[in-house]
Amino acid sequence: MPAANQSVRAVLGALLALALAAQSALAAPSGPPVRIGSTLALTGPLAATGLVHKIVGEIYVEELNRKNGLLGRPVEWVLKDDQSRPDLARTLYEQLITVDKVDLIMGPYATANILSAMGVAQRYNKVLIHHTFGTPSLAKYDMQFPAGGLAGDPDNTIPRLVFDALAASAKPPKSVAVVTSKFPSVHFISLGAREAAKKRGLREVAFLEWDFGNRDFGPIAARLKDAKPDFVWVGGLGLEGNLLIDAMRKIDYMPPLHFHLFPAPGPLLKAAGGENALAATTFEEHAPFTDNPVAVEFIRLYHERGAKAGLPDTSVENQSAISYSSWQTLEAAVSGAGSLDDKAIAQWLKKNPVDAIVGRLRWDGPFNYIYGTDLYKVKQNQKGKWVIVWPKEFAAPGARLITP
Amino acid sequence: MGLPSLTLLGQSLLSGLFIGALYGLLGLGLSLSWGMLRQINLAHFALAFLGAYLTYQLAGAGMDPLATLAVVVPFFFALGVLMHWLLARFSVSAFNSLLVSFGFTAIIEALIQWIWTADFRRMESAYGEVKFRVGALYVALPELLTLAMALALSLLVWAWLRHTYTGKAMRAIAEDAPIAAAFGVDVRGLSLLLSGLSAAFAGVAGLCLALSYTLAPGQIYAWLGVVFAAVMLGGLGNPLGPLVAGIVIGVSEALTMALTAPAWAPLVSFSLLIVVLLARPGRI
Repeated sequence: MPAANQSVRAVLGALLALALAAQSALAAPSGPPVRIGSTLALTGPLAATGLVHKIVGEIYVEELNRKNGLLGRPVEWVLKDDQSRPDLARTLYEQLITVDKVDLIMGPYATANILSAMGVAQRYNKVLIHHTFGTPSLAKYDMQFPAGGLAGDPDNTIPRLVFDALAASAKPPKSVAVVTSKFPSVHFISLGAREAAKKRGLREVAFLEWDFGNRDFGPIAARLKDAKPDFVWVGGLGLEGNLLIDAMRKIDYMPPLHFHLFPAPGPLLKAAGGENALAATTFEEHAPFTDNPVAVEFIRLYHERGAKAGLPDTSVENQSAISYSSWQTLEAAVSGAGSLDDKAIAQWLKKNPVDAIVGRLRWDGPFNYIYGTDLYKVKQNQKGKWVIVWPKEFAAPGARLITP
Repeated sequence: MGLPSLTLLGQSLLSGLFIGALYGLLGLGLSLSWGMLRQINLAHFALAFLGAYLTYQLAGAGMDPLATLAVVVPFFFALGVLMHWLLARFSVSAFNSLLVSFGFTAIIEALIQWIWTADFRRMESAYGEVKFRVGALYVALPELLTLAMALALSLLVWAWLRHTYTGKAMRAIAEDAPIAAAFGVDVRGLSLLLSGLSAAFAGVAGLCLALSYTLAPGQIYAWLGVVFAAVMLGGLGNPLGPLVAGIVIGVSEALTMALTAPAWAPLVSFSLLIVVLLARPGRI
C-alpha cells in the first residue's frame, strides 16, 4: 500500500507540474513580436470613423497580448495615418511592407483606401483582410478577404433585406422615393434599390442624385415633400442623411418611413427627426448578439475606451463590430494556418469559416465573396436607441418595425 | 417629372437665398483681405470652423449661441491681427500668402481635431427649432439669422469703406499703398485692423455654421470652391460682392436642384464663374 500511495503521489505531482508549466506558457506571449501593419484615416474627412477602428484595433491587440498573442508571440500594431487619402494609403502600405517589414497587414478604412491597399498587397503577395469595402465588383485580388459581412452583390442583398422588412411590417409602403449620393459604393446599391422597388410593384415617385459633398438639401427636401412617398430610400454616406432630415424638418415635412444606407450612426440617432429612421447594420448591443460573451466583453471595453477617447457615442454598432470581426478573422486565420505565411493564411481562409461577433464569415465564393446573402440586418431608431427589427430572429427582444 | 409646384420653386428659392447668404458671409472676410491686403487667406475657412467649434463649446456650457459672439469676435479679431502681423513681418507675397495660409489651415484643423476629435459635433439650440410660415413656405430661424448677419455686415462694411475717413483710407491703401502712406495714411495700422475684421467675420460665419450644420474638422475644405467662386464673381475687395454673388450662386444651384438633376448644381456655379471670368477677365 505505501508503494501504491507513492505512485499515486508521483503521478499527481507530475500532473500538477504539467499544469503549472502549461499555465505559465499561456501567461504571456514571448519572443519577437508579430508586427501587423495598417493605415487608418486618423485625420481628414474620414477621421471620425477612422477613430472607431483605431480604438477597436487597440482593444484587440491589447487583449491578444493579455492572452497568448499570435502563435505565442506578442503582437505589435504598426499604425500609420493615411489622412483619408487613397494615394497616401498606397504609399504607406508600400512603406509598411518594404521599410517597416511588417509580418502581416490589415486593411484601412473605406473603399478608396482599401482599393489602394489591395493593389499594394497584390504586388507583394500579402493577404489583406478588410472590413469596409463598398464596391465588391472591384475586388479582383485573390488574397483579399472582406470581413465586413457584405455580400458580393450588395445592390441585390441590401435592398431585398430592406423591402422584405417593409413588406412584413404593419403598413407596407406603396410608393417609394430613391434619393442618393453619387459616392460610388452607395450609388450602385441605391440603383439596386430602384430595381428592387420596381420588381415589387412599388411606384417610384422620385429619383434624385446629388454630388458627394452637397451642402444644400433644401430643394431635394422640397421635391420629396411634393412627391409624398410612403418610403424614402436615402443612399447617404456619413452626415448626408442628417442634412436631408434637417432640410425636411425646416419645411415641416418628414416621410412616413425612411432608410439610410451608410449613415454616421451617432448623429442620426441623436438627430431631431431621426426617430424611427431605418438603417443597415451587422451588430447592435442586444440579444442575440449579447448572448456571445466575447461580444459582451468587447462592448464593455469599447464603452470604456470610447469614453476616454471623447467619442460622443460609445455604443458598439456596425463599424466597430465589423472592425472587431476583421481582427477576429486575422487571429483565427493565423492560428488556423499555424503560420504567418500569407499564402497559408489565405488558403486557410478559403476553406474555413470564422465565427465572428457579427456572425459566420466565409470566403468560399468568387473572389472570396458570397453572393445572394450577407450578414446585414435592418435596425430602427426607437426612442433614441438603435434596435434591430429585421430579420425577426435577430430582432431585439420585443422589437418590431414601427410604421406610422 | 411634371411641372414643379410654385411651393417647390418658392421653397427652393428661399433655400438658395439662405445658403447664398452663408457663402457671402464666408466670402466677406476673404474678399476684403484678398482685394485690399493682397493676401489670399485660405485659413479663413479654418477660422470659420474654429469659430463654429468655439460657439458649440460655449453653447454647450450654457451660453446663448448669439451671446458667444461677445467672446468669439474679439478673440478672432486678435487672431486676425496676429496672422497679418506675421505675414507682414516676413513680407509674404500674395502667392506665398496662399501657401502660408494653407499651412495655418492645416494647423487649425489639427488643433480642432485634437480638442474636439474628428467625430461629428452638433450644437443643439432653441434657435434650431424655430421656423416661420409664410403662406405655404417655411423659413427657419437659423437661416434667417444668417441672412440678417450677412446683410448687416456687408452693408456696414460697404458704408464704412464709402463714407468714413478710415474706410476711404483703406480704399486708398488697396489702390496704392505707398502713395497712401505718403499722404499720411497709417498703412500698417489699417492693414492690421482690416485683417482683424476679416478674421472676426470668419468667427461670425462660424456661429452661422454651428447653428445650421453638424461639424467635423474635415468639412473645412468643403466650402472652399464655392466661396472662392462667390468672391471672384463678386469682385475682390467689394464688400457687397460676395453676398450678391453668393446669392446668385445659391439660387441658381437651388433652382437647378429643384428643376433638374441635383447632381448638376455644382456645374451651374462653376460655369457661371467661367463665363464671368471670360467675359470680364479684369475681375481678379
